[in-house]
Amino acid sequence: MSRFNNPLLLGSAMAALAVSAAFAAGPDLGPIAQQATNWPAIGMFGFFVIFTLGITYKAAMGTKSASDFYAAGGGISAGTNSLAIAGDYMSAASFLGISGLVYTSGFDGLIYSTGFLVGWPIVLFLIAERLRNLGKFTFADVASFRLDQTSVRIISATGTLVVVAFYLIAQMVGAGKLIQLLFGLPYLYAVIIVGVLMIVYVAFGGMKATTWVQVIKACLLLGGATFMAGAVLFKYGFNPEALFSAAVATHPKGDAIMAPGGLVNNPIEAISLGMGLMFGTAGLPHILMRFFTVSDAQAARKSVFYATGLIGYFYILTFIIGFGGIALLMSDPVYFKLGPAGAFDKIKDMVGGTNMVAVNLANAVGGPYFLGFISAVAFATILAVVAGLTLAGASAVSHDLYASVIARGRTNEASEVRLSKISAVVIGIVAIYLGYVFENQNVAFMVGLAFSVAASCNFPVLTMSILWRGTTTWGALIGGFVGLFAAVGMVVLSKAVWVTTFGNPVAIFPYDNPALFSMPLAFLTIYVVSKLDNTARAKRERALFDAQFVRSETGIGASGAHAH
Amino acid sequence: MSDPVTARIAQNPRFKELVHERTRFGWILTGAMLVVYFGFIGLIAFDKALLATKVGSATTSLGLILGVAVIVFAFILTGIYVQRANGRFDALTAELNRDLAR
Repeated sequence: MSRFNNPLLLGSAMAALAVSAAFAAGPDLGPIAQQATNWPAIGMFGFFVIFTLGITYKAAMGTKSASDFYAAGGGISAGTNSLAIAGDYMSAASFLGISGLVYTSGFDGLIYSTGFLVGWPIVLFLIAERLRNLGKFTFADVASFRLDQTSVRIISATGTLVVVAFYLIAQMVGAGKLIQLLFGLPYLYAVIIVGVLMIVYVAFGGMKATTWVQVIKACLLLGGATFMAGAVLFKYGFNPEALFSAAVATHPKGDAIMAPGGLVNNPIEAISLGMGLMFGTAGLPHILMRFFTVSDAQAARKSVFYATGLIGYFYILTFIIGFGGIALLMSDPVYFKLGPAGAFDKIKDMVGGTNMVAVNLANAVGGPYFLGFISAVAFATILAVVAGLTLAGASAVSHDLYASVIARGRTNEASEVRLSKISAVVIGIVAIYLGYVFENQNVAFMVGLAFSVAASCNFPVLTMSILWRGTTTWGALIGGFVGLFAAVGMVVLSKAVWVTTFGNPVAIFPYDNPALFSMPLAFLTIYVVSKLDNTARAKRERALFDAQFVRSETGIGASGAHAH
Repeated sequence: MSDPVTARIAQNPRFKELVHERTRFGWILTGAMLVVYFGFIGLIAFDKALLATKVGSATTSLGLILGVAVIVFAFILTGIYVQRANGRFDALTAELNRDLAR
């Protein structure tokens, strides 16, 4: 975010990018001192683990077919699915990062909250129902409906694995740092615990376990945040105006926290970020997979509606929590590292950095046991999100690459599912290794990159194949790769990598968010290449559009809730 | 799905009506969301002073109310879509299915 002029915001803004990446961003946390072992938090987290392992055991008993493994047998209800979708989205960074951003700069935190939410209506209006009507287990099923299986699955699986890889690295590093801070456990232990648990959830329990872990975490997180925001409002007689006045009176920036600050000074950067957030949401493989776990298009539609409400509610809570942090923590030296003569900077000296606002506030309003609860929920949050990512990655390997590209359909369900489980184990081990390797690297840009790739590769390939008759295999394949390379290339040439990581003096690509350029480029390439494609296959694919169109619009002939 | 069946559905007036209405409706709502969101971002980029305006004599600023309004608007928009899809579009789909069964 080269145009964001406040170095503190730089880290927090990245934090707001969906996951706990910010915990890895140097400027935010500063050097991490391992804290004293936090036994109440570890105890509550241990309880969560035992409970979810019980669910995994039960899910494993009921997971027999490929449909059970990838899509929970299509038996998830709209209400449950909406909690799982919301859970995938309410990551540790949305919670800790955005409340921290509100704490440091007030209003600007709201810019990210809105950006994260507005992708959901687009998902609902344009793709959710069609996705459910056309698909089976992965979004590649949909994109390759009338196009060449091998080519389209290669691009879809590549897009999926790239998104999953960057997202996972950021999560693993964030998890290690966060747990070091919250639980007082060594970094490597934390990374191994996360890696091993996610392997167990995914390899044994498949989508059923992954969904229920996510649902339980979503309920705990929503409950904890509701309690915290309620406690804050209670102190101000449930009058937000009183809370805002108290915050303005305490914050060093005073009344400026109620107005836009320096976060969005460059409109192009802002629009590019907004596009990445909005359309990236519609291309995240672990979220798209959730649409295949419900019985039909109606349930898919309802899940998005409820999920939008839950996520919006959650973001309003984080906003109140951030303001509560300002009003209740800022004048209390207990929450700050004190300099000589007891002086402290109300923003820079917060214990654990500004990402710990919500955690410190938990202590202020609920005491050490509530602090332990919130810490355990933060850990559970990371765990649930990485499990979803691992499942999406494993499905891309087994269902898309192995079954359709390598074995070319000459395989059976049992061996496909077995391969998926092996993939989950491999992905887990690789994730632990990468988490270890990247411990001291700045990985904050990786989440932004994951969103950009999702918006520039997965989303264009998916929407063009569903909505435009003219799309051909060549168009989807070349356009998808162009979007992928453009997004990755522009990020590599941007300040976050070119200057910060490689140490070059000046960034070649002037913006931090490539989506404004890479996404239209992908759409344009798909369009142009498809137009130029006059092969016999292209003609056949255009002719097959009617059958796909009828099914996507009506669900007639859609794959049902069960294996077929 | 064999071709004659596809062709029969694709030619069905109810199918055409359903697709036309839903596609139009989906794009209108998408447009509304894009205008509201990028309008909000545009105000932040170009007219910070307006967003800093106080509502009445209170501390609460216009920007804060608009920000929360964007969130609520997104939710209401999805509600409007689901309402119409559950009523109108599902009814059309059911009629289409009855037509096809005949």
